[in-house]
Amino acid sequence: MMKPHRRNRLGIILFIATGMSVAIGLTLFALSQNINMFYSPTAVANGEVEAGTMFRIGGMVKDGSVDQRRDSLAVRFVTTDYVHDVPIEYEGILPDLFREGQGIVAEGRLDAAGVFQASRVLAKHDENYMSPEVRAAMEQAGANPENHPFRESPED
Amino acid sequence: MIPELGQFSLILAFCLSILLGTLPLAGAATGNGLWMSLGRPLSAGLFVFLGICLFILGHAFVTDDFSVRVVAAQSNSLLPMQYKLTALWGGHEGSFLLWTFMLSGWILAVSVFSGGMPREFVARVLGVLGLLCASYILFMLATSNPFDRMAPVPPADGADLNTALQDIGFIMHPPTLYMGYVGYSVVFAFAVAALLSGRLDAAWARWSRPWANVSWAILTIGIALGSWWAYYELGWGGWWAWDPVENPPLITWLFGAALIHSLAVTEKRRVFKSWTVLLAILAFAGSLLGTFITRSGLLTSVHAFASDPSRGVFILGILGISVGGALLLYAFRAPLIKSEFGFGPLSREVFLLANNIILVVAAASVFLGTLFPMFYQALTGDLISIGPPYFNLIFAPLMIVLVMLLGIGPISRWKKTSGSYLRRQLGKLALASLALGVALPLIVLLEISLPATIAVALALWIVLTIGRDLLAKTANKPGRWQGLRSLTYGYYGMQGAHFGVAVMLVGVALTSWFSTETSVLLRPGETVALGNYEFRFDGSERVAGPNYQADRATVLVTRSGAPVADLYPELRVYLASGTPSTEMAIDAGLTRDLFVTPGEIRDNGAWTMTVYVKPFVRWIWLGAIIMSLGAALAAADRRYRKLAGRRRESAAASSPGGQGGLQPAPGVGS
Repeated sequence: MMKPHRRNRLGIILFIATGMSVAIGLTLFALSQNINMFYSPTAVANGEVEAGTMFRIGGMVKDGSVDQRRDSLAVRFVTTDYVHDVPIEYEGILPDLFREGQGIVAEGRLDAAGVFQASRVLAKHDENYMSPEVRAAMEQAGANPENHPFRESPED
Repeated sequence: MIPELGQFSLILAFCLSILLGTLPLAGAATGNGLWMSLGRPLSAGLFVFLGICLFILGHAFVTDDFSVRVVAAQSNSLLPMQYKLTALWGGHEGSFLLWTFMLSGWILAVSVFSGGMPREFVARVLGVLGLLCASYILFMLATSNPFDRMAPVPPADGADLNTALQDIGFIMHPPTLYMGYVGYSVVFAFAVAALLSGRLDAAWARWSRPWANVSWAILTIGIALGSWWAYYELGWGGWWAWDPVENPPLITWLFGAALIHSLAVTEKRRVFKSWTVLLAILAFAGSLLGTFITRSGLLTSVHAFASDPSRGVFILGILGISVGGALLLYAFRAPLIKSEFGFGPLSREVFLLANNIILVVAAASVFLGTLFPMFYQALTGDLISIGPPYFNLIFAPLMIVLVMLLGIGPISRWKKTSGSYLRRQLGKLALASLALGVALPLIVLLEISLPATIAVALALWIVLTIGRDLLAKTANKPGRWQGLRSLTYGYYGMQGAHFGVAVMLVGVALTSWFSTETSVLLRPGETVALGNYEFRFDGSERVAGPNYQADRATVLVTRSGAPVADLYPELRVYLASGTPSTEMAIDAGLTRDLFVTPGEIRDNGAWTMTVYVKPFVRWIWLGAIIMSLGAALAAADRRYRKLAGRRRESAAASSPGGQGGLQPAPGVGS
């Protein structure tokens, strides 16, 4: 027989170990269920995303593409990385700094027609700030940095 | 000329902090009393010179000195005075100066309120804090000097403060948050000083407790203010977004809450010693992580200051050296620390251990969710984001278990509690909270709702167990009133903070589950119904503010025809920067908030807007305030002062250690 305090100590250690493994299991499960991948318009145009998957898309709002319904909140616009375009449909109120020519990130799914149905549209608070996601999307697409003001040399 | 004086003062403060970071530590190591005694005057000097820096920078903002780069970047001559002053912490440089100044304030507080501690210990604490302060000032001088000038020609006017920051929330939230954050430097310094001296005893835990409590109390308010501000300013109707910059304060807060409980065990029972030290280091690491994330621009966030990689590397260096050094020291010392291990499987120690495990797991999972996208990108090159569902999925079950244990912990006894005693004390209360948890939502909503039942049952569980414990603690006294008076501040602080948890729990659960919203396009005169309320749009008018123009809508809210509130949301355009900004309109109430976010104005005078009904949302911040007051009350417990005084008398005679004579105290927080 173990000494009582040894047994207690073993009990406590088992208790901690069980608690920790349950927690880690729960965490990893939750993590695996909630990862949203980010894709550039080029990646979407190349068919890298299956219809129906939840993901984020980022790019610039194409000039002259915003088509707002007069009598409802439905809006349609095109996001671009200056290589490929993806049409986006959204029903709701757009953020303050949503403009043509500004970078945005939208969250949602592709429908069968290849239109991105957004459940959320994000723009940034600062006029001068471009989301790293949008910038990365531009770089991945190989868009010529000279053509737009957000120049940053690709690293990898 | 004046800003150069600020620069000069900053350099002097740097020299003082270097002295503070070396002489007292060296004195404590060699037993040199003179060097140790320099700690207090140097702390005062550091505070004064950093205060001068802050004053001079504030002066530059108030007098519109646009030759100073940060003033030109963040202020404007049209800005109302209160925002000119607070624009100081609207950018990276100024806010870091504020942060460093607050550290010097905490250092001064330690040097003043440490009369009862041995001089070697005080010298080490002040020395560690001095080193930390030196590294912060060096960081400013090297990468982010707040007194930089615009060369060669200063602009005629400034670029203006970000419009989202022109708000009372911005005046209050950053300083409070920083104050709480920086408080963990003190707790950290206490831990490192104890590790240096090799004396991790009950005395160390008792000295640390008031500081850990006060830091936590302030941090709680800081986070709550941020949440409240985001709620009414950002206008998405939420109070917590799991934003990468919201999370580090929460991580620190969770570690801090664990630390408060673990310190109690270490002081009372002299167990969990090495664990407690580790928590103190982790809480501090959390606070630096927050700075790192905001100032490195590493993660996408609404909070991010303009990014500059060199700053990130520098802060990472501070983080690595301070936390890495402390952990190294810990690795050498921890094996030497002996914890007695005298408690059974059902005892208050075990319940507090469970509390600590849950809080630390929660902190770790927030940490993982916050930084996982970064690691993932480094490994695969793919960009991902982790959504709120991840955090909610983890947090909800953890907090439910935590709250169940919260009811049992204070009633259980140190060392050993019998299961039958707990059943006798708590069995009926558990049944009662469950029954009421089912009944109350049924009566109010006329339907069975699992989330409401869980929330109400858990909140009642907390409240009923607090009541039971109060009865038990006063049962043996001649009168109730005398009994209540004999309980300590520490005890009331603990129960108060726990009651705050109950209040917050109700708010979080009911708001998350029962909030409703709808986005609509309304022409003047049109009405939208939401829940029991009708929102009628009555047209809009042009109004002029001090530094903006606005269109103001009138929205009349009625409930079954009876008027409830008039709401006036605004669409503003700030004159200096031309930035548009939306101003929500809220009718706040104890049981519900009515909330209108304006969208845009169409050609025909119609507005798009989102209307919300948010039940019990105020209880979230009310709960935070109660928790914070509880922690502050516990820190004010007389015994910290009394023992400090007693120690002062006997400090010369004996070394600390023999604290065995403490009377068994009624509660964790006592």
